[in-house]
Amino acid sequence: MTLVESSISIRDLDLRFGNVEVLKGLNLDIGVGEFLVLLGSSGCGKSTLLNCIAGLLDVSDGQIYIGDKNVTWAEPSERGIGMVFQSYALYPQMTVEGNLSFGLKNARMSKAEIKQRVSRAAEILQIEPLLDRKPAALSGGQRQRVAIGRALVRDAEVFLFDEPLSNLDAKLRADLRVEIKKLHSRLGNTMVYVTHDQIEAMTLADRIAIMKGGQIMQLASPNEIYNRPKNLYVAEFIGSPSMNFIKGTLEDNRFVAEGLTIPMEGYTFAEGSRRSGAAIIGLRPEHILTGDNLASAVARAEAKVSLVEPMGSDTIIYANLGQHPIHIRMDGQASVAPGDMVEIGFQPARANLFDPQSENRL
Amino acid sequence: MADTSTRLLDGPRGPKPKSNFSRRNIMLYGTLLLVAVYYAIPLYVMIVTSLKGLPEIRMGNIFSPPMEVTFEPWAKAWGSACTGLNCEGLSAYFWNSVKITVPSVIASIIIASVNGYALANWRFKGANVFFTILIFGAFIPYQVMLYPIVIMLREMGLYGDLSGLIIVHTIFGMPILTLLFRNYFTSLPEELFKAARVDGAGFWGIYFRVLLPMSLPIFTVAVILQVTGIWNDFLFGVVYTGPDAYPMTVALNNIVNTTQGVTEYNVNMAATILTALVPLSIYFVSGKLFVRGIAAGAVKG
Repeated sequence: MTLVESSISIRDLDLRFGNVEVLKGLNLDIGVGEFLVLLGSSGCGKSTLLNCIAGLLDVSDGQIYIGDKNVTWAEPSERGIGMVFQSYALYPQMTVEGNLSFGLKNARMSKAEIKQRVSRAAEILQIEPLLDRKPAALSGGQRQRVAIGRALVRDAEVFLFDEPLSNLDAKLRADLRVEIKKLHSRLGNTMVYVTHDQIEAMTLADRIAIMKGGQIMQLASPNEIYNRPKNLYVAEFIGSPSMNFIKGTLEDNRFVAEGLTIPMEGYTFAEGSRRSGAAIIGLRPEHILTGDNLASAVARAEAKVSLVEPMGSDTIIYANLGQHPIHIRMDGQASVAPGDMVEIGFQPARANLFDPQSENRL
Repeated sequence: MADTSTRLLDGPRGPKPKSNFSRRNIMLYGTLLLVAVYYAIPLYVMIVTSLKGLPEIRMGNIFSPPMEVTFEPWAKAWGSACTGLNCEGLSAYFWNSVKITVPSVIASIIIASVNGYALANWRFKGANVFFTILIFGAFIPYQVMLYPIVIMLREMGLYGDLSGLIIVHTIFGMPILTLLFRNYFTSLPEELFKAARVDGAGFWGIYFRVLLPMSLPIFTVAVILQVTGIWNDFLFGVVYTGPDAYPMTVALNNIVNTTQGVTEYNVNMAATILTALVPLSIYFVSGKLFVRGIAAGAVKG
């Protein structure tokens, strides 16, 4: 990506609190109109990075560009951003209209312009009937809409979302997720979205940046992150239930572990990686074939079922493949009971191989 | 299908019955009543005595209600009781106290709330050192500083004047009030402050338009603390002001301790109640908010 296209560019960013390094030499370029999700477990620095972009935290070193302006020292309000917080952070003493217009009043905008922008935002978010209410009289979903509206009226180039859906219940979360996606396609702004929820990340993102310990582990499309995780951490983090890992060795284009041999025909090795020696194979529960799907399997084996978790749409079974414990996602209607032997099949093309030392993809 | 009521057997059913006269309740309310009576008796004696004439007081039945109610002691305490040579009652000193309390309460609360806000939300350089010094200040006994302050006020030409005392009260209210406001502002969600910054509000914009409107409880606490503290102050009042500028508490002391002729207990009692009336009424008016504010300020340290 060339710099001309990028909406946000983060260059060699460092952030320290005393002796604690939260962000280390972080580089990230976000394209114009891109929806980028920062994903990671708590404490990985994703919210910190967002606060740095917003200008709410002073960086220790490095630069931040928004558009083609160096905003490293700029005030949050000068950066052309709108921000949505997890706790909504609505001003409790102001009406919805007051909340929406607060930023515009601070910018000394004309009354007519404020009115026009507020009504436009209210229309987009369908909160027109609520304009005279105080936040306390709103439901969680309505509050979060108002919070999004507050970013919307600013006509910002960049929207920053800090776990905006985490405080909502599951149903509302799914609804608002769809609305945010629609909003993005309607407005076409650059959006940076922080979450620890991988479903939000997978569904919303153009690209996902998976963070750990203040560094980006992988920056790629949801599809690539899911299918070709760059390292063990990403492989384990993405997917629910998580990937199965089995330790073994690679020889003659085959993966060999105790009591298990899987030919690796069709597996695309990462560029320049070795083709033999110690390796860890990663198999997603949904990529282990059972029942009717066995026909497309390259290799087969038998596993003994130890626990069954029916979830309606599908069934997770915990089984032992020799002495390797694995879990498998089966069709929801499959009838299995603990103690049964099930025949399973592997698809090397969809498997993942990792170097146990460097933890990188082979 | 069988009638469902047949499935109910004998035994507990529905809400559990509560007894108003359980042992627990008797213990609880008994104790509360006892404590309430214990604290109410002195007030009762004061009121009753202030309404009696001197002959009746000499009979010695301090708990009995007045046989003949008279408001003369109250009138005398307010208008003509003697403090030393001066027989004007408490009225003049009441206004002194008002003139001292109102400006020092307002000034100290304004300054301390801004201090607390800056300490809680704007982590400026040296904030921690500043805060430590303030907290330390809260633990220094006042008596240590009495004389140095006399000298300072004299050098500034404010000694013996109301304004000198106002300044002293404002400064001495600072540590505890700043702590109070800082704790309250830290307990407010930080994201609110961040949102206001993104919305382009500055230091004063956030203070006046976002935080102040949601800080009524803590301001009530501060007002109560300061009004009672400053109104009831005796030490600073007697040290830093002259006879013309004495606050009500000093005048009360002078009335009670005047040793001419008989001790007029009824007048003394009336004068004491009059002096205590201001803080007392503040409590009654805003007691609920006070409790709420104390709780709110105490959540986060």
